[in-house]
Amino acid sequence: MLKIENLHARVDDKEILKGLSLSVKAGEVAAIMGPNGSGKSTLSYAVAGREGYEVTDGSISLNGESLLDMEANERAAKGLFLAFQYPLEIPGVTTMTFLKAAMNAQRKQRGEAEMSTPDFIKTVRTAADKLGIKQDFLRRPLNVGFSGGEKKRMEVLQMMLLQPRFAILDETDSGLDIDALRIVAEGVNALRSPDRGFLVITHYQRLLDYIKPDSVHVLSAGRIVKSGGPELAHELERNGYRDYVADAA
Amino acid sequence: MAAIQETVDRVKSVDVDAYKYGFVTDIESEKAPKGLNEDIVRYISGRKSEPEWMTQWRLDAYQRWLTMTEPKWARVDYPPIDFQDLYYYSAPKSMSGPQSLDEVDPEILKTYDKLGIPLREREALLGIPGNRVAVDAVFDSVSVATTFKAELAKSGVIFCPISEALQSHPELVRQYLGTVVPVTDNFYATLNSAVFSDGSFVYIPPGVRCPMELSTYFRINERNTGQFERTLIIADKGSYVSYLEGCTAPMRDENQLHAAVVELIALDDAEIKYSTVQNWYPGDSDGKGGIYNFVTKRGDCRGARSKISWTQVETGSSITWKYPSCILRGDDSRGEFYSIAISNGKQQVDSGTKMLHLGKNTSSRIISKGISAGRSNNTYRGQVFAHRKAQNARNFTNCDSLLIGQQCGAHTIPYIESRNASAVFEHEATTSKISEDQLFYCMQRGLSGEEATALIVNGFVRDVLQQLPMEFAVEAQKLIAVSLEGSVG
Repeated sequence: MLKIENLHARVDDKEILKGLSLSVKAGEVAAIMGPNGSGKSTLSYAVAGREGYEVTDGSISLNGESLLDMEANERAAKGLFLAFQYPLEIPGVTTMTFLKAAMNAQRKQRGEAEMSTPDFIKTVRTAADKLGIKQDFLRRPLNVGFSGGEKKRMEVLQMMLLQPRFAILDETDSGLDIDALRIVAEGVNALRSPDRGFLVITHYQRLLDYIKPDSVHVLSAGRIVKSGGPELAHELERNGYRDYVADAA
Repeated sequence: MAAIQETVDRVKSVDVDAYKYGFVTDIESEKAPKGLNEDIVRYISGRKSEPEWMTQWRLDAYQRWLTMTEPKWARVDYPPIDFQDLYYYSAPKSMSGPQSLDEVDPEILKTYDKLGIPLREREALLGIPGNRVAVDAVFDSVSVATTFKAELAKSGVIFCPISEALQSHPELVRQYLGTVVPVTDNFYATLNSAVFSDGSFVYIPPGVRCPMELSTYFRINERNTGQFERTLIIADKGSYVSYLEGCTAPMRDENQLHAAVVELIALDDAEIKYSTVQNWYPGDSDGKGGIYNFVTKRGDCRGARSKISWTQVETGSSITWKYPSCILRGDDSRGEFYSIAISNGKQQVDSGTKMLHLGKNTSSRIISKGISAGRSNNTYRGQVFAHRKAQNARNFTNCDSLLIGQQCGAHTIPYIESRNASAVFEHEATTSKISEDQLFYCMQRGLSGEEATALIVNGFVRDVLQQLPMEFAVEAQKLIAVSLEGSVG
């Protein structure tokens, strides 16, 4: 499904990713763990196609199709979703308006018809209920004045509505209390399916208690330095990253 | 007909700047000789068969104008205008004398159809079910049609070209004309007073709530022609009217001058809501061509508890110089100014408002949203003043600027002066950029760079858009998206 080979990427002339390879199959939940500065966020931005994140070597493909020449919105229309570590505020644009614009923009790129307004409203309300998002949040400008937990919940709501084929969660657990973490994790788990892949980027084992990964990869100094099963996350929780940081240095 | 289609096609094929109203109507017109002198002033007055006092009024203005110089304080830059190299009067040849819609040249009707302004009343009815709009259409120097006149007359509302009002209601025109914007007000207003050719006249009798939206649609077609229209709206005691003005012009290489004067008068308990969607041709992306929009608009809240509200969406013109203002003369009167000014390419905007608090307990509110893209410059200039007798004057001002790209400028120049200790004036201003973070966030959700920009900008201007009549808010939203095309690098 998502295949990254020998990825080199830089930001402002500084090479951050130095030959990263990773493959995630359909139906798989892969976790990426790593210390600060190892390149976790750069990886998510490079895959999503953010400007300024220059890929100098290697390849990224989704379902066999290379993403490298696509704009961020084209990658989104191919089914790639990134849940942001710090979701952005869009003043004056209600959550409802934003969701509709996003859904229709993707449908348009895929040559599908726009969703009718009644259908859209029904779909959004149902999804919001599942995540415990109150209806009046949908009429407020997107993320403006929302707490950290509310913003993350909004990310999961968007993911539920956009039904991506592959989703990257960038430190979705940061800034969440334990109740919010559980709700967000339930939302993600509800989307797990045999034809959808996930890449869960996190600092701590804690999130992985709720979203059980199939594989765990350790990122250090721009490369995957160790891969294993769920037990690897527990080992990291006990021993920290120092073994791997030393390896890379 | 074929010739017109050809012109349209040709203009469309060079439509680099996405200005969709840039076509030219191929029609014979009758023009006054080029240049300006007393004879031209008399000619214009004569064409309209004006009463003697009106001719004299114009001549006085012309004499005054000769002694004046162009204002230079605005943050705009343009080569000197040769006022002798302009035509001051141009009318479609077929338009000699008042007539019914059936006599209007079909080419002109087609022009307005193409602009989305139906002049035939039954079409207007079909167009906007349950929400009718009466239109006065001004083509170059003359009004070509006014719709729903008869129906409006049933409630006593007078809505007609000002040239017609000078014939049918000279006493009303004489009583109010020039009482808000005096003949001597400023260079362009004085010029307008001498040579204005047409415009709309509205009178709402006491206690009447105007049964439909009124609007004027201005179109400059002829080459090298200045448009000098004059609008006069009087809302008598306890009445209400909502008025909308729209403007477009063909794409031409040379600059065209538009120097209008709008005067609003609200008597006791009356309310005037004046909205503008200004989309004059802005010039091409190198700054060639486009309209010079040098306009004086002022409302006088003459009566107690009266209210005047200006709402404007400005996307066009190569240079904009305009400050729709309110004189808050009546006690407890209220003035409002809501503005969205978008500049792209090489457009220059110097615009804002004046709120002059003279009466007691007067209040005003200014919400201004400036958006600059491309290599444009956008200046908000506003004055809030409280006279020493303006006990308890209140003003709230909020000026926000949004920058798109690296080469544009935004400036905010507020003048605040209070001579009364009880006055409370608040001023807030922000300048922000559309952040790359926001753009990337929207694009990650599937929006293209331009869609994302339009969405963010629409959010930025939302509280002003909400002030526009519903159907125009939708149009304005589309206009914003169009005028920002090409602004994302």
